Amino acid sequence: MSKEIPPFRVNGIISLEDIKKVNLLPPEERLKKGPVVLIECPEMIPCNICVSACPFHAISMDKIIDIPRVDWDKCIGCGVCVSLCPGLSIFVVDLSKEDKALVTVPHEFLPAPKKGDEVTLLGRDGKPLGTGKVVKVWERNKTYIVTVETPKELAFEVKAIWVKK
Amino acid sequence: MPSSKKIDRRIWEHPILEFKRGKEVRFYFEGEEMKGYEGESIAVALYASGIDIFSWTEDNRPRGAFCMIGKCSSCFMVVNGIPNVRTCREPVRDGLRIERQRGLPDIPRVTRDEEGLESKTLETDFLVIGAGPAGLSAALKAAEYGLDVILVEDHFRLGGQLVKQTHKFFGSKDLFGGLRGFQIAEELSKKVSSNPKIKVFLETLAYGVFKDLTIGLASKKGHYKVKAKNILFSTGAYENYLAFPGNDLPGVMGAGGAQTLMNEYGIRPGDKVLTIGAGNVGLIVSYQLLQAGAKVKAIVEAMPQIGGWVVHAAKVRRYGIPIYTRHTIKEVWGNNRVEGATIVQVDEKWQPVPGTEKDIDCDLVIISVGLTPDTKLLAQTGAKMKWIPELGGLVALRTKYMETTVPGVFVAGDAKGIEEATTAIVEGKIAALTAVLRVLGHVDKAVEERRQLVQYLEQYRQSPLLSRSRRGIEKATIES
Ligand SMILES: Cc1cc2nc3c(=O)[nH]c(=O)nc-3n(C[C@H](O)[C@H](O)[C@H](O)COP(=O)(O)OP(=O)(O)OC[C@H]3O[C@@H](n4cnc5c(N)ncnc54)[C@H](O)[C@@H]3O)c2cc1C
Ligand code: SF4
Ligand code: SF4
Ligand code: FES
Repeated sequence: MSKEIPPFRVNGIISLEDIKKVNLLPPEERLKKGPVVLIECPEMIPCNICVSACPFHAISMDKIIDIPRVDWDKCIGCGVCVSLCPGLSIFVVDLSKEDKALVTVPHEFLPAPKKGDEVTLLGRDGKPLGTGKVVKVWERNKTYIVTVETPKELAFEVKAIWVKK
Repeated sequence: MPSSKKIDRRIWEHPILEFKRGKEVRFYFEGEEMKGYEGESIAVALYASGIDIFSWTEDNRPRGAFCMIGKCSSCFMVVNGIPNVRTCREPVRDGLRIERQRGLPDIPRVTRDEEGLESKTLETDFLVIGAGPAGLSAALKAAEYGLDVILVEDHFRLGGQLVKQTHKFFGSKDLFGGLRGFQIAEELSKKVSSNPKIKVFLETLAYGVFKDLTIGLASKKGHYKVKAKNILFSTGAYENYLAFPGNDLPGVMGAGGAQTLMNEYGIRPGDKVLTIGAGNVGLIVSYQLLQAGAKVKAIVEAMPQIGGWVVHAAKVRRYGIPIYTRHTIKEVWGNNRVEGATIVQVDEKWQPVPGTEKDIDCDLVIISVGLTPDTKLLAQTGAKMKWIPELGGLVALRTKYMETTVPGVFVAGDAKGIEEATTAIVEGKIAALTAVLRVLGHVDKAVEERRQLVQYLEQYRQSPLLSRSRRGIEKATIES
């Protein structure tokens, strides 16, 4: 194994820098236009589920071990790939609103989140970042795809939610 | 001994799984009446009712169950007078009388009643031993080309390790990627059970290899000798153990054992968990423990980095589970069950760094420090074996078509070296196609299909993060 170990392989936290390095951070211009996919999958996993998942052919790979590549203009931020990614590593961010951001995350815990719930927002290291209101929930094969309102500055930080029992 | 009354560790609500329990059954554990459900094993029913101690050593150390898949021996008990019954694989039934053992048991007075048992010699084109993803897909592929198949499985259900995988699998859609492991198992099992070319023997152990590669099978129904033109060993793997003070205390369990309890049977293995090993298994099982309602206190990893895919690590970090790399377990303690553990940092030479000890409040310690291919039976065929650490230990040399040095003897899946389910499925098919060619002679379609599968595997293994297993595969592969 090479000497240089990327920090994410030590602490399990994929940073925005890591995502930028593999060209998965949506461009500024695209972010303003509306919801768009944020894929946090920086390793060469033998997996191409996101490629076959996207109804708009926005994600591509040449080989199954490639890191996904996104065509930012084709992605409409629908979240279908969020529901199918085995790594639970795909999110959708929407920065087009004036005063808040919308973040979509996968969720596989009980109780099931419902529209209108105030839920705890969790960061990459599990730290609570405050609360947010659930504005949309749908389910596919037992994964809930949950969209929450967050302050704009947290758009790239919220990675999970926790529903109070 | 703490009273076992009223404890029920069964999970009734789960985000992914629905546990359909069978009819309630009553049995006797050391004289006390207990309940279980059809579909549970004895060990599972006992654990669900709060029994942690499965036996004592000669010098009175309490011991718990470790693997829950019939591969270790820590669950051996006396059942209806018969000692050394693997209770994790023995279905619980009305009226059973169960006792624990202390040290080695006496030679039993009752052995089994031979009357009414079948004794048969069977012939087949393809004998498949082990019904995990490798064995199931091999059986289906061979049957598709018209071969007669016998599929033998020690457990009372098909699917191998897949039945307890609740997470979605990587891979590609055409090879079940994106489905949850248990869903893959369901799909394959359904096809196998309804295929008239495949004769399935459940609760049947392939126990020995005899003259002319005749395989001995034993089950409650009888004893069978199978003469097969081709044999596939898809026997899977068993979990590695780790040496530390207290490691035999009940509450120290294999990660796979804990996973079997919670995902196959819906029993919460513990409430406060310490995970040893941050490979994919440790990471995934930790996440699944959260889903089962447990608290995971920490994951420790002796290596300087996480062993599994970072996306699996990111998944547990988000819910606040810390991962301590360069840490190991120093000891566990507790009275009849784990009540806590001490972890410690290690230096470059794997030596504990004094003063870095941390106590963890936990009642379950799960060990996920790797698997070892189960090749005990395969080795009896005389196939040439080699110690290959990258693959988890002793494995059979084989061609890229999965044929060992003994013609007609194949290996696939974890038994050929530890990898994962997608590769197991593909290898099972490759072995089956080679068996097809041996039985039917040249078949264009089979040759072409096999070529594509071999190529798919090569691509699949190209990831730099899989370089270690790739190296292992290279060492184990011989010219065809
Ligand atoms: C926590 C965890 C997470 C995993 N995640 C993934 C993942 O995301 N993706 C992936 O691809 N893989 C994953 N895997 C790995 C995958 O489950 C295994 O690699 C796969 O199940 C191996 O298949 P197999 O058919 O070789 O063996 P197994 O599934 O182990 O099946 C072997 C079968 O053989 C039977 N058997 C053994 N000996 C005998 C005998 N003598 N007589 C009769 N029957 C016998 C056993 O009872 C067993 O049912 C994971 C594994 C674990 C533990
Ligand atoms: S969010 Fe929808 S459109 Fe965008 S990549 Fe995912 S599936 Fe495709
Ligand atoms: S589906 Fe998820 S895990 Fe698989 S390659 Fe795409 S982003 Fe990565
Ligand atoms: S053999 Fe039953 S727990 Fe291992």
